[in-house]
Amino acid sequence: MTMTKTTRAPGTVPGEAPREAPREVPRKAPRRVPRWPAVVPFFAFMALCFGVPAGTMAYNAFTVIDPDSGASEYSLHNVTTSLSGQYATGLAGSVKLSLLTAVLATALGAVIAQAVVNSRNSALRKAVVSASGVFANFSGAPLAFAFIATLGTTGTVTRLLELQRAGFSLYTFTGLVLAYLYFMVPLMVVTVLPALDGLRGQWREAAASCGATRAQFWRHVGLPVLMPSLLGGAVLMFGTAFASHATAAVMTGSSVPLITIQIANALSGNVLVGQENLALAMSLNMVVIALLVIAVQIPLRRRSERWLG
Amino acid sequence: MGAVTAAVTLSVAATGCGAAPAEGAGSKAGKATSAADFGGMDKLVKAAKKEGELNVYALAPTWANYGEMIRAFEKKYGIEVNNEDPGGSSQGALNAAAKRKGQDRAVDALDLGTAFMQAAKSKKLLAPYKVKGWKDIPAAQKQPDGSFMNNYGGYISIGCDAKDVKECPESFKDLLDPKYKGKVALNGNPNESSSAFSAVIAASLANGGGFDDVKPGLDFFKKLKKNGNYVPVESTKATIQKGETPISIDWDYLNLGYGEELKSKGVDWKVSVPEDGQYSQFYNQGVNKYAPHPAAARLWVEFLYSPEGQNIWLKGFSRPALLEEMEKDGSADKKAAAKLPEVSGTPKFPSAAQEAKAQKAISEGWGAAVS
Repeated sequence: MTMTKTTRAPGTVPGEAPREAPREVPRKAPRRVPRWPAVVPFFAFMALCFGVPAGTMAYNAFTVIDPDSGASEYSLHNVTTSLSGQYATGLAGSVKLSLLTAVLATALGAVIAQAVVNSRNSALRKAVVSASGVFANFSGAPLAFAFIATLGTTGTVTRLLELQRAGFSLYTFTGLVLAYLYFMVPLMVVTVLPALDGLRGQWREAAASCGATRAQFWRHVGLPVLMPSLLGGAVLMFGTAFASHATAAVMTGSSVPLITIQIANALSGNVLVGQENLALAMSLNMVVIALLVIAVQIPLRRRSERWLG
Repeated sequence: MGAVTAAVTLSVAATGCGAAPAEGAGSKAGKATSAADFGGMDKLVKAAKKEGELNVYALAPTWANYGEMIRAFEKKYGIEVNNEDPGGSSQGALNAAAKRKGQDRAVDALDLGTAFMQAAKSKKLLAPYKVKGWKDIPAAQKQPDGSFMNNYGGYISIGCDAKDVKECPESFKDLLDPKYKGKVALNGNPNESSSAFSAVIAASLANGGGFDDVKPGLDFFKKLKKNGNYVPVESTKATIQKGETPISIDWDYLNLGYGEELKSKGVDWKVSVPEDGQYSQFYNQGVNKYAPHPAAARLWVEFLYSPEGQNIWLKGFSRPALLEEMEKDGSADKKAAAKLPEVSGTPKFPSAAQEAKAQKAISEGWGAAVS
C-alpha cells in the first residue's frame, strides 16, 4: 500500500533506519526564534492610541470635580447620573435605533449584494461597488441637509407625493432610520460582497442534484456558510449607527433622544458648563454596550464557524 | 479616532515641554490691569506690536460681524490674529485656556457666554483688565473686579419668512396659532445652543415663569410640539433659504444678519423681538491670565471696546455694551443703530445660581418636552 509511503516521517526512506535526531536540530532551530516581537509595534500602537484614551476616559468618568474649589474626588456620581433620567432614555434610544437599523441594513445590504452577484453583470457590479463606496461615506450634516431638502416638510419629494397627508414626518424616529439606512445599506453591500462571491455555484448545483429546493439550499447551506460574515457585518452596522451623531443632531436635534447628542451637549456645547466628566461616563456606557454586542456576537460566530468546520 | 486623540495629546505634550513662551503671565504686561499700567495706550500698542500675534478661539467670521472685527484689528495694528477652530464652541474655547497653561498656543483673549466666563473665573483663568470705557459699561454688565464684562449681545427674536407666512408672529403667544403648523424652529437644541437655551427662558418669561422657574418655558415648547407647530430641525441660513424653517427663534443680530444676506436670494426675512418674552444675553470678553501674548490680548480687548470696535458690532446688528453712552456722546453709528428692533426697559439677567438651575431644569426636561 502506498499509505506507508505517504505517512513516513520526513527525511526517512523506507527500509532504512531513521536518522538520528541531532541532525534535525540545526534545521529546526530558526523556527524557535520567538515570534512575538513582530506584534510589539501593534500592541504598542494599541496601548498608546487606544489604551491611554480609554484609561483616561474611565479614570475621569469616576472623578467628580467641585466647580468652585476645583478639588476632585472619586465618586460614582457621574456614572449613576449617566444611567438615570434623560440620559438613560438617550442610551435606550441609541440602542433601539442602532439595533433596528443594523438588522434592516444587514438584511437589505445582503439581498442587494446577492442580486448583484447573481446578475453576473460586471458593469453593474462595478457601478454598484463604486456607488456604494461613495454613499457609504455620505453621512453627517450634508446627508441630513440632503434629506431635509428632499423629504423635509417642504421637501421636493414630500410635496410631489403629498407625504404629509399620509402622516409622514422626517423629523421623527422613522425619519432617522431612513437617513441612517441611506449610508448603512451601501456600507453593508461593500462589506458582504466578497463573502457572497465565496458561495460557489457548485454547492448550489450539488444541492439541486440532491433534490434540494432553492429555499432548502439557503436554509441549510447558503445562510450557515454566510453567517459569520453576516454577523460581522451586523456588528459593524450596529457600531456605525451607535456612533453616528451629526446626521441626527442636524435633523432632529434632541427631539429623538440619543446618547451621542447628549455627549456632544455635555462635552462641547455652548450651554452646559463643567459636565465633561458626565460626558465621559456616558462614553463609558457606550463602550460597555459595544463590548456587550461583540461579546454576544463572538459565541454565535464561533458556533457557525464550527458548523463550517 | 483614538489614534487622532493620542497624536494630539502627544503633540501637545511635545510643545508643552519645548516651547516656554518668552513673555507670559509673570511679565509686566501680564500683570497690567489697564492701559495706564503700560504707561498709556501708545506703550500698550508698542508692546502688542512687538508680540505681533494674537490667539483667539471660536470666533466665527459670520457671527455678529467677527470677520470684519478681526480684519480691522489686523489692519490697524499689523498684528496677526490666529483664530483657532472658528466654528468651535464656548466649551472648546474654555479648554484652550484651561488645558494649555504656559504654552504659546494658549488662547489670549476669551469671548464666552456668562456661564462659561464664570467657570473660567472660578478656575482662576482670568486676568482682571479694565478698558478705557470701563466706567460707562452698565454696572449689571460687568464684574466689579474687571475679570470679565459684557461686550455685545442681543435679544431673543422671532424671524419670519414674510412670503411664506402671511401674518408674521410677534409674540410667543402668536406662535401657538395653528396656522403656523410645521413652521417654528430653533437654531439648535437648548442643551447645546445658547440661543435656543435663551429662547426657552424667554418663553418662560412670556408664560408666567421667571429666572427661577423655567418650567413654563418647557411647557410652552411642549404645547408647540403637541400642536405640530414645532419643527425639530436646526434652523440655519440654508434651511431658511430653503423654506424649511419659515419661522425661527434666534438672537436678533443673527436673524437680522440672515435677513440682509438672504435679501438678494428673494427671501423677505422679518425680525421682531417678542414683547411678552423680552430676554437678552451678552457675550463677554476676558483676558487669559496665562496669555502667551499678554499685551496683544489687552490691546484686542481695548479695540473691541473702542468706538471703532463697538460700531463694528453695531453694523453686525448686535448691541454693543457701550451703546447707550455712545448714543449720548454721538459716536454711535446712527444708521446702523436705527436698524435694530425696538425694545423697552432695561435688560435683566439671571444670576449665576439661577442660570445653573435653569441649565439643570432644561437639560432634564427638554427631551421629554419635545419627544
